[in-house]
Amino acid sequence: MTMRVDLPDETLAGVLAKAFGNRSFLTGLVITLLVAAIALLSFLWTPYDVTRLVIADKTQAPSLAHWFGTDHFGRDILSMIMVGARNSIAVALVAVGIGMGIGVPLGAFAAARGGMADEALMRVNDLVFAFPALLSAIMITAIFGPGAVNAIIAIGIFNIPVFARVARAGALAIWPREFILAARAAGKGMTRISIEHILPNVATLLLVQGTIQFALGILAEAGLSYVGLGAQPPMPSWGRMLFDAQTRMVTAPWMAIFPGMAIVITVLGLNLLGDGIADILDPKSRRRG
Amino acid sequence: MNLLEIDNLSLTIGDTPILKGVELTIAPGEVVGLVGESGSGKSMTALTIMRLLPHLARAEGRVAFDGIDILAATEDQMCALRGDDIGMVFQEPMTALNPVKTIGEQVAEGIRWHTRAGRAEAEERARKILDRVGLPEAKFPLSRYPHELSGGQRQRVVIAIACALKPKLLIADEPTTALDVVLQAQILDLLRDLVGENRMGLLLISHDLAVVTEMADRLTILRHGEVMEAGDTARTLSQQSHPYTRELALASMHVPARPKPHLAGSAKPLLEVEGVGRDYPGRRMSLFRPAQPIRAVDDVSLTIEPAQSVALVGRSGCGKSTLARMILALDKPTAGTIRFRGETITGKPEPALRPARRDMQVVFQDPYGSFDPRHKVEKLVAEPLHLLEKQPATAERREMVAHALDEVGLGPRDMDKYPHEFSGGQRQRLSIARAIITRPKLVVADEPVSALDVSIRAQILDLFAELNQKLGIAYLFITHDLTVARAMADEVLVMHEGRIVERGRTGDVLDHPRSEPARALVAAAPDLHRAIARRLQEQG
Amino acid sequence: MTAYLLKRLIIAALTLVLASMVVFAVMEVLPGDPARLMLGLNASADQVELLRNQMGLNAPVALRYLHWAGGLVSLDFGRSYTYSVPVIDLVRERIAVSLPLALIALALSTVIAIPVGVFSASRQGQAGDTLAMGAAQLGVAVPNFWFALMLIYLFAVWLRLVPAGGFPGWNAGVWTALKSLLLPAIALALPQAAILARVARSALIEVLNEDYIRTARAKGLPYRAVLWRHALRNAMIPVLTILGLQFAFLLAGTIIIENVFYLPGLGRLIFQAITQRDLIVVESIVMLLVAAVILINLIVDFSYAIVDPRLRGRR
Repeated sequence: MTMRVDLPDETLAGVLAKAFGNRSFLTGLVITLLVAAIALLSFLWTPYDVTRLVIADKTQAPSLAHWFGTDHFGRDILSMIMVGARNSIAVALVAVGIGMGIGVPLGAFAAARGGMADEALMRVNDLVFAFPALLSAIMITAIFGPGAVNAIIAIGIFNIPVFARVARAGALAIWPREFILAARAAGKGMTRISIEHILPNVATLLLVQGTIQFALGILAEAGLSYVGLGAQPPMPSWGRMLFDAQTRMVTAPWMAIFPGMAIVITVLGLNLLGDGIADILDPKSRRRG
Repeated sequence: MNLLEIDNLSLTIGDTPILKGVELTIAPGEVVGLVGESGSGKSMTALTIMRLLPHLARAEGRVAFDGIDILAATEDQMCALRGDDIGMVFQEPMTALNPVKTIGEQVAEGIRWHTRAGRAEAEERARKILDRVGLPEAKFPLSRYPHELSGGQRQRVVIAIACALKPKLLIADEPTTALDVVLQAQILDLLRDLVGENRMGLLLISHDLAVVTEMADRLTILRHGEVMEAGDTARTLSQQSHPYTRELALASMHVPARPKPHLAGSAKPLLEVEGVGRDYPGRRMSLFRPAQPIRAVDDVSLTIEPAQSVALVGRSGCGKSTLARMILALDKPTAGTIRFRGETITGKPEPALRPARRDMQVVFQDPYGSFDPRHKVEKLVAEPLHLLEKQPATAERREMVAHALDEVGLGPRDMDKYPHEFSGGQRQRLSIARAIITRPKLVVADEPVSALDVSIRAQILDLFAELNQKLGIAYLFITHDLTVARAMADEVLVMHEGRIVERGRTGDVLDHPRSEPARALVAAAPDLHRAIARRLQEQG
Repeated sequence: MTAYLLKRLIIAALTLVLASMVVFAVMEVLPGDPARLMLGLNASADQVELLRNQMGLNAPVALRYLHWAGGLVSLDFGRSYTYSVPVIDLVRERIAVSLPLALIALALSTVIAIPVGVFSASRQGQAGDTLAMGAAQLGVAVPNFWFALMLIYLFAVWLRLVPAGGFPGWNAGVWTALKSLLLPAIALALPQAAILARVARSALIEVLNEDYIRTARAKGLPYRAVLWRHALRNAMIPVLTILGLQFAFLLAGTIIIENVFYLPGLGRLIFQAITQRDLIVVESIVMLLVAAVILINLIVDFSYAIVDPRLRGRR
């Protein structure tokens, strides 16, 4: 299947003006920045120390002292969510970095070369796609034991073919364009054209995919640490908090509700941001008026 | 009584006015042409009659079809009219048919919907109308899918859908613009016959004055949503009393002045193409037989001398663009050699091609697709400077770009704009500026004016002629449009199914074609002079 | 069979072989000796060596791979290190939970998503569309295992309508068994349905802007008829792609969800096996799930050909 790439024809000022008129984008941006700010803040300050266990305060319902309540070791849930944000963001961000850093050059190369190189890349893609991130994580854990790094590697590996596919499909749609022929007639080579003309034109696609994979990465990380394949205690992580909450649903439901909401809000913010960017940069949405 | 009466029709989309006080009538059996350049509102007029306007469109005025007030009719009433009493044919045959349904289903669907006929009966009628539009069942069974048909055949299916129930009014919106001239003539003939047989009214929308003149009894000329002139075709065009009509007519027959004609045989050839061929791997029909290669270009030889202007004409798919790409070393021939300034360029590695590339540039058809929207004009026009031995410094580069822009009639300040800030005609000027910045000896132009409106087209042809005269650039024009060849070329080559079937001086070939393909091209090419003369003759 | 289908079949087979090599290689580099693991720490070196020979662990790598892969084909996955029963027996009873769960979830998400997508696309920009897509936007952001916890809290703890977890087995009656799969299936299906509904909507809207939709309208078909007869089938192509990808996510989701609901499926088995370092079980289940993903993708490829005549080749 081919992919349609509509080339935007706008200046930066025009894009910015539209960005600040786009509700999805603004909401998404605010949420994402807020979550990032909270994660950064947790390095400097949290309401309570998350490494100190205060058994006397265990499983307290939300109150003025503990807004989101405490867990079975008496730790403050709000503080744990703040620190957990770091882990979620770091894992998802590095995994997106791995996926983009390796996937995009591969995809661009395959599109530029075509033929056997392209075919080989697509077959490797098929192979990696056959291993959902959870299965890779299981295998990696089987070798190295559990840990946050495993989660990064497992999610990152799954991201590589995703970005390779998007970059390749986008590039394939650009290569037959006349401006590429003009660049070739000006004697420019495959690499130079890829860097000067192809990548800038697929950047928006990659940006949108990036936010999607970021959001999926946060979900996947939560899933992995929930089943014990991700970040290990005592490092707080949202997934692990939910695991601890599971057996205490009757007595301390807040242990489950708040970390879950943290995940939902973060992922929602990223998805809104991605939708917003796609809307702003998609010339079709303009034509529809 | 008139079949269709449009009275003081105004249309806005959002806040943009599209039509202002349009008047138009069509009597039963009458052919009315609606002419205008892009953005004149001709398609919107058609969609208003069908009530298929985009979401935010607001129409005011009166549109009456067969006594029914179209603008006030309910959606159910419109559904009853569409496809039954009013049929419509669209511009783009490649996308007008549903790719996952057979042509039989698509033709029979409307018949079943309107007549409540059973499947068998509807299919029988579909078979008949497909046969009538030139798709006999023996060769084109109802079970064919659109992708198994060519563009011309698909347009016939679209016509069959529109005419299946013998509508009182047929609207054809640029029905032949996407087709080559030979197919255009066939489709126009078909439309003329169908309209005559069933006494349909026809609203023919076109940007091409010659086409409309050949077809229409009366014509209406639109510009920026307003009617400029309306009346009897022959009289309107022979008198040309309205200035805009005059402007359009002159522009569509424009021949640029070239006071210094090229003298053949005066110099060593610039470009020599010898026995060049290009095979593409064919589609595999069976697992066990190797695919038959498709021969796009077959044993072609030609020469171009310095400052000579050559036109390569032919129907779409004849291999002319493939040949152009091989000459530009963007595609590799599978046979033969190409020499530029005496040096072989076939099979050379990219670095060795640089001197040749410097002297050989290209202008493409699509003024919108030939620029990277992410870069500014300075960078885009300067791109071929990459080929120079010594890269110019920034100041020098800007100087060179400014000079090139000046030569194509643009200002130095345009350098810092993005391509989307220019109109189609201006972008084609940018394209030419990019092509001449390295002072090439040869420019290959692939359909350089066929996407432009007639008035812009005349200006661009003038620019080509001027640069040829001033800078001595040789041209290879690739075109299916004989008027371009007639306006610009010293010599014409006619290409057909990968081969060159006829060549000679432009006047000789176009006035007295000898080969069958050349004769077909010339006969099919619309010609405004000829069409007006014929109209006047018919009317005595 | 057309060239397209044959090509997809060959690619699927190739992918399966490569995937099996990857799984085998990963298990090869694992530290630890299965023979010693089975015999315990007190076994003598001779005993271990004997067992290694019996298990074929001393043969060359290529031979061991062929032996293992050959076993897979005949559904002989080897013996579990910890339970000392054939892996296939362990897997067989667990798959009777996991497979129905995944299929019910897939069906449920499709049945919810397609009508919602059509509804939204046909009311583009109206209140109904905004509401449905808002809900979908939220649904996409919800992790399925958290959603599962919330469902348990609501329906099992609060309303006491369904069991909070566990699986009575198919012998307890189909309805009873299905009832215990209901919440897990909903937890899996709804977030997936949200994604699918968004894809279906945007695919439909894209198709509704195509020229052939205008042609169909010009025939006199009302909007609704055009939507169902012309647009939907064309919009199925991207929907199928996502459906194929989703199955992989559903399988992964099943593994996690089984742990939330204490369902005795493959997911529980694989985590038990990991903690017990019963690697042959891990290896077998991973291979099985990978094969399932490949098979589903092959089915998706085949369904493209049903939807899209352009892939069926020329006559």
